Amino acid sequence: MTMHDVSLDQPLFRVDGLTKRYGQRIGCADVIFDLWPGEVLGIVGESGSGKSTLLGCLAGHMQADEGKILYRGRNTLTMPEPERRVLSRTEWAFVHQNPRDGLRMGVSAGGNVGERLMAIGARNYGEIRETATDWLGRVEIAGERIDDRPRQFSGGMQQRLQIARNLVTSPRLVFMDEPTGGLDVSVQARLLDLLRGLVRDMGLSVIIVTHDLAVARLLADRLMVMKDGHVIEQGLTDQVLDDPQAAYTQLLVSSVLQV
Amino acid sequence: MIEIENLSKSFTLHNQGGAVIPVMAGAHLRVEPGECVALTGQSGAGKSTLMRMIYGNYLAASGSIRIGGVDVATATPREIIRLRRETLGYVSQFLRVVPRVPTRTVVAEPLLALGKPEGKAHARAEELLTMLNIPERLWSLSPTTFSGGEQQRVNIARGFAHEYPAMLLDEPTASLDARNRDVVLSLIEGAKARGAAIIGIFHDEGARNQVCDRVVDVTGFTPKVAA
Repeated sequence: MTMHDVSLDQPLFRVDGLTKRYGQRIGCADVIFDLWPGEVLGIVGESGSGKSTLLGCLAGHMQADEGKILYRGRNTLTMPEPERRVLSRTEWAFVHQNPRDGLRMGVSAGGNVGERLMAIGARNYGEIRETATDWLGRVEIAGERIDDRPRQFSGGMQQRLQIARNLVTSPRLVFMDEPTGGLDVSVQARLLDLLRGLVRDMGLSVIIVTHDLAVARLLADRLMVMKDGHVIEQGLTDQVLDDPQAAYTQLLVSSVLQV
Repeated sequence: MIEIENLSKSFTLHNQGGAVIPVMAGAHLRVEPGECVALTGQSGAGKSTLMRMIYGNYLAASGSIRIGGVDVATATPREIIRLRRETLGYVSQFLRVVPRVPTRTVVAEPLLALGKPEGKAHARAEELLTMLNIPERLWSLSPTTFSGGEQQRVNIARGFAHEYPAMLLDEPTASLDARNRDVVLSLIEGAKARGAAIIGIFHDEGARNQVCDRVVDVTGFTPKVAA
């Protein structure tokens, strides 16, 4: 277990009044939430609801127009760019829906994992390779594939490799954008199982965007429902899904065959 | 241990003309450590609704549900997550798990979530699976492919893995044969003996008479037709 020495009595991440506009149009508006160590927050909504915009702003890929984002007390919206880059290489991680966006396709599997270690100063080749091999094992990729390029991998393997690349530096906060989207159902299940184990064992805090309510139910402790850039409802995951209060959430939940 | 006061609940169906359906009003219930209380009442009287509210799965409209220092009716999600991990167990009628996870791990999960070492958690899981007559060759398989009765027993094993001070049991003996029913009843008696406060729904009258100290008819909590 590699639980971090973060105080469990303090939120890891505090978001207040976060707003992003695209000209006249609202990307996301007045988003408020706290995320605690070890907690998984699911953001659900249909396409165009603003959930990806929100995730982009939270992770610093997009510039928010208003509001505050405090990560362990530091405002990431006003922190100097180099400092934020260090954060996103060390304590933060981002898992993209499409592994191609998160992997270097021309670099070996081992290189993909090792690169993130080298970015934070690891230099010993033997140690880097050993850690990479260990992580390939943890995401259930055979060690003998370490020198293969990601493009020789299946979609599910690529996604697991992206997760290994992201988690090798033991981040505290992981952003995930539809990590199981585009995968077969059986492959999804394997990935969900893997993610749950890693979240528990590493004490990770996760913000995961998904349109799949079944994925949200199995992975998220809490849920935030978005529509037209606004948070419509939030609460305990099973409570939001089983006793939704807002009209839109009721419609969303009842539109699904079974969650 | 569990103290419910003046609890009420209604559902607002926004997509069906905004119909408001009151389902519970003025519910009171108090369960002491070591006590098992059965909820009775006809189908639709609100037994499951009350259980779900106690677990925080349904929101309360008003009133309080105090369990070990937490009022579930007003608690934050974070407080409820912690309550569920440490204090309040729930054996539902349905097993909901990530496909592919081995049965042994499914049962051990509540202990792993508490940070118990894997070896100990798995040993406890195996002990319960053995008691509940789940053959060892199934332990490494996912329970998603099991029969209804087997899934029910896996669910019970999981529910009893951690010694929760408070427990909710929804038809724990339904669809079990006599031998396994006896195992479940002895698990319930064991939990009572160590001081757990238990609320259950038992259609099985014999089981109810054997383990429950009291019966509460939830029909008394049904709202009067609005004047």
